[in-house]
Formats: sequence, C-alpha cells, structure tokens
Amino acid sequence: MDLPGNDSGRIENFFPTLRILDTQGHVINEQAKPEMSNDELKELMRRMVYTRVWDQRALKLNRQGRLGFYAPVAGQEASMLASEFVMDQEDWLLPSYRDIPQLVWHGLPLYKAFLYSRGHFEGGQYPEELKAVMPQIIIAAQCTQAAGIALGLKKREKKQVAFCYFGDGATSQGDFYEGMNFAGAYRAPAIFICQNNRFAISVPVEKQTAAASLAQKAVAAGIRGIQVDGMDPLAVYAAAQKAREHAIAGDGPTLIEALTYRYGPHTMAGDDPTRYRTDELTGEWEKRDPLIRFRFYLERLGLWSQEDEEQTAEQARADVDEALKQADRVSKQKVTDLLGFMFEKPTQNIQEQLDAYSAREGDQR
Amino acid sequence: MTQMTMIQAITDAMRTELRRDDNVLVFGEDVAKNGGVFRATEGLYDEFGEDRVFDTPLAESGIAGLALGLALQQFRPVMEIQFFGFVFEAMDGIASQLARLRYRSGGHYHAPVTIRSPFGGGVKTPELHADNLEGLFAQCPGLKVVIPSNPYDAKGMLIAAIRDNDPVLFLEHMKLYRSFREEVPKEAYTVELGKANIVREGSSLTLITYGAMVRTALKAAEQLQKEGIECEIIDLRTISPLDTETIVTSIRKTNRAVVVQEAQKQAGIAAQVIAEINDRALLHLEAPVGRVSAPDSVFPFASAENVWLPNEKDIIEQVKATVNF
Repeated sequence: MDLPGNDSGRIENFFPTLRILDTQGHVINEQAKPEMSNDELKELMRRMVYTRVWDQRALKLNRQGRLGFYAPVAGQEASMLASEFVMDQEDWLLPSYRDIPQLVWHGLPLYKAFLYSRGHFEGGQYPEELKAVMPQIIIAAQCTQAAGIALGLKKREKKQVAFCYFGDGATSQGDFYEGMNFAGAYRAPAIFICQNNRFAISVPVEKQTAAASLAQKAVAAGIRGIQVDGMDPLAVYAAAQKAREHAIAGDGPTLIEALTYRYGPHTMAGDDPTRYRTDELTGEWEKRDPLIRFRFYLERLGLWSQEDEEQTAEQARADVDEALKQADRVSKQKVTDLLGFMFEKPTQNIQEQLDAYSAREGDQR
Repeated sequence: MTQMTMIQAITDAMRTELRRDDNVLVFGEDVAKNGGVFRATEGLYDEFGEDRVFDTPLAESGIAGLALGLALQQFRPVMEIQFFGFVFEAMDGIASQLARLRYRSGGHYHAPVTIRSPFGGGVKTPELHADNLEGLFAQCPGLKVVIPSNPYDAKGMLIAAIRDNDPVLFLEHMKLYRSFREEVPKEAYTVELGKANIVREGSSLTLITYGAMVRTALKAAEQLQKEGIECEIIDLRTISPLDTETIVTSIRKTNRAVVVQEAQKQAGIAAQVIAEINDRALLHLEAPVGRVSAPDSVFPFASAENVWLPNEKDIIEQVKATVNF
C-alpha cells in the first residue's frame, strides 16, 4: 500500500519530464512525437532563430537607449514559440512581461512590441484580429483573467482556448492558484504554461517551494499537469497540443511546466545574473539550447541549412530595423491622449483637465 | 410605482438588466441558489439559470480576474464582493486591472464591470464587514465609486452602473438595506452617475454627505430647523468623480459647509471635498469647511459602534460651530 510519505507514493513520481529530442536532436520518444509537416517544422525553426536574433538586437538597442523595458528571452525559444505554435488564430493569449515573442508571433506588429518596451500607448492598441491581452506586469494576475476569458469562450460556445504564460516564481502567488482552481471548477478551456527557468530574478526555484515539480501544483486544482523539457520544441508542442485538445473537448484546463533557462539577465534594468548564477550552471544549460538540438534534428531530415539560418537572421535584423523606424515615426504622447483613454465619456474632473491640458498643448504648438 | 426597500430595488435593477441584455452576468459567493447572503440576488438564479447567475469559488481576487476575462469576451459582469472589508483580496484585480484596462490598451479594450458590495456600520457585524473603504477606491483613476442612500437612487444608479462601459464600484450600505421603503418605478430608469442630489433645500449652511449619513443629516437638519438653522443637504451619490458643480452652487448660496461621512477622519472622501471647495469657492466662505467623521481607530468592535459612529448630535454640534464661527 502506498501511504503518503512512502517514496513510491510521492506525488512527483506522477509527473515525469516529457522529452522527445535529446540535446543532439535525436528522437528518444518516437511514440510521443507530434505530427508536424515539414513546412511546420521549418517554420517553427525559423521563428526560433528569428526570435534569438531579435532578442540579441533588443539587448543592444536597450543599451543604446533605443528601447526601454526589456526582459530577455534567449534560451526560452522552445517553451515560448513551440507552445504558441499550437495556438489557433482565434485562441486568446495572456502573456507575462517576458512573453513578447508569443505576442508577436500571434499577430502583434513588431513596432508595437517596441512601443510597449518604450512605454507608449500605441503599444497596447492591438489590431482588431489579435486575440491577446497586453503583457502582465503584476505576476500571476493573468492567471485569474485567463480563467475568465476561458469561461467566456465556453459560454460563447467557441472552440477556442486561453493560453496563459508565467514563470516559476509566479506559482507562489495566490492568483496562480486561484486562476487554475477557477478554470478547473468551471471546466474552462484554459492552458496555464509555467516557464520554469529556475530563477525569479535572483531567487532559485528551490526557495519558492518544497514541491519537487511545479507541474504537480495542478493536483491542488484537480486539473491535469504535465512537466516537459522546455528546451525541446517537439515536447513543448506535443504537450500544448494535447492540452488544447482536452480544453476544446470540454475536458477543462491543463498546467504545463516547461523546464527552461534564460541565458540573459532577468531584465535589462540593471540585473546582474553573475551575482546569483554560476557560469557552470549557465554552461550546462547552453548545451541544452533548443536551437542547437532542433537544428541537428532538421539538418538530419534535410529541412534546414546554413543558408536558411543566415537568411532568417538577415530577415530578422532587417525587420527589427524597419520596426524601429516605424516606432520612431509614431507621434509623441500628450496628456490629453492619456486623459482621453480613462473613460468612454470624460467625467467632470477629466473634462476639466482635458480643457486645461489642451489649452497648454495648444500653446506649445 | 411600488413600495420597495433598497435591497428590493437593487434586486429589481439586476433583474431589469438581466432581462434587457443577454450579456449581463451576475456572479459571486452564494449569489445563485442561495440568492445572496442579503437576498440581493433572490430569484435571479431561478429566472435566468446557471449560465447567467452563478456561484464562484471563495476567492475575491479570482472573482475580479474572472470579471475582467469575461468582459474581454463582451460580457457585462456584475460581480459581488460579499462584504467590502474583503476587498483587499481583490485590490489588484479592481484597482490595477479593471480600472486600467481601457487606458493600458489605448482605448482598444474596456471593462463594463459593476462591482457590488455591502458595507457600513450600525448593524453589529463581525470584524471587517462594515469598514468604510470607499476612500481607497476614490483614489483609483479609471473607477467610478457610487453609494446610494435610498431605494429610488439605488435602482436607477445600479442600472446606470451596469450600462456604463467602464468599471463602477457600487457600494450598498447594510443599514439602509431594509430600514425603510420608498416609491420606486416598476420600469427601467437611470440616475446619472457623477451627479449629486439636493435632498433638502436650505439657506444657512450646506451639509455634504453620502450613504447612511444622508438620513442622519436629514434628522439633524430637522432639529436645527427648530433653532432657525436651515441646512441644505447634498447627497453626493457618486463620490468619484465628485459633482463639484452642485457643491459650489450650493455654497455660493449658503456660504458655509460641513462634510459628513461615516468613515474615519483620515479616510473617506471628506478631505477631497473640502479641498475642492477651498479651490473653487474660498471667497464665498464665511467659515472654514467643517467635517464630521469617525475617530481614526480601526472600525469598532460591534458593541462599541454606538459611541464610535458619527451621529445626529455630532452633526448638530459641528453645524452650530460652523454657523457661529
């Protein structure tokens, strides 16, 4: 008999890590391999390479003062982009502040992502067809909102899903638990994707919880949980696809824990990861780089070449330059703009201030 | 017209809007089969079913997040926080999320959410049920905060709140729920948000108040009338945004004002009202604007409510001091 406390009955044993590709790009789990066309495989690789290049450029642009708030993503391409790759155009995306790549691949123009980084309202004015909420700064607030969106989709009888992203530290928040629990209680079509990159700024995941996995936190909500190798694009894709199928079938939400790593600092606002991480640890994770193993895999299939890589990188650099120019052309913000976004109809105090500031802005012209 | 208590008027407003607009959803803790801990949602579950009127898990932050998500699917959520003292659990969901949605999306999204919640002293509730926390939310840009003082306003303002395309915090004073009846039209009507109401005309002094203190102020005014002091009473109805126009117009006539609130002196909205008067009507004042409020202690233990809550006597004393300044 398995009693609580017996090693054989330990909860983490029910959450083994799903792996499909090893670090050399060999398939080690044929059975779990998702069905993806050659075009899809190539496109996923293209997005991962493109995002890596854009991330490198973003770091430089931030240092030059041409971008503002930026949370690096290098290392997390598989967990971010292979999961987003599962999304239908009409599925809803609820990103955290680090999940800008998913937003862009879901349909946010790159220049708007840059405007968000700089702090301009146009960065939040999404195209009508983009089903997404703006990046969430309050950690785990997106989890309860995802439950609401998912319940809304269910009530509207749409065959769509809410994809909600957050990090390992977020799993300590009340809203993480409440969001999963609400979605579970309503059997709402939500997917909670925890990108466990081992650190919440300087605090290692071991200091967040005594739980041996984060996936097992799904048990508290009574929903499915799965842990995947977050550096393995095929494993992430397979897990997200399965979760989406369950959600659409009316079978409720899933928590996916993707084991991943960020090579850069927490954000570009002065964080120095050498204070809390060893070079050995980073080096270890660099060997698990999702781009390396996926490149090996695709090269072996004859689907990826040095030329593809260079073309993608070149395209990314050109697009970044163009997006930056586009962002530069956007008009400066005025106080009257900001006051105008407060309510549908200005209230008494807002109207007074609109009058005062428009007079002032008129003088400046 | 029919005679209704304030709680009946509130139920009637929700029923009216649930019938009118399929997007209206009512949810919270115990609001469905149970009909709410105060019966505010009684009968709504039976008439509209589980899809429109539903219970939630016991988690206020989750309820606020749920409302925002549902709003993004074009629903019109009417969420309930069982007692307003529990709102701290949902502070982020209301103040940082719902109130900012329109702004942070540059007008692309909005949150047509009504947050209903009972509060207020005088009924000997246990800890953290009755606290007057409206001042915290009056400080949140993007939020309207309304507090009706009677059944007629409650129905009209709740309908207006539900129809408003921005988040509205609708606070219901527990002592007013069943303390009196009033004629309330059966049909739908609205009372404009952001507009105060002169509930008593007078020439000696303007009493500016809201919530349960409106009735207390009216009683005080009757006493003061006997001594030749005619109070004009303004029921703010909406405490954010303030209807400064109505306040200033009245003070131009009376030249004296006292602001009355149930909240502690350091809380509530009185300080903001006084600052607006000083900005806009200083030269019309014959005396400093007085204020009646509760002591700056934590909300009292139930059996100390009578000595703690502001009452008629406090108002009468302050009015006399302001008149005789």
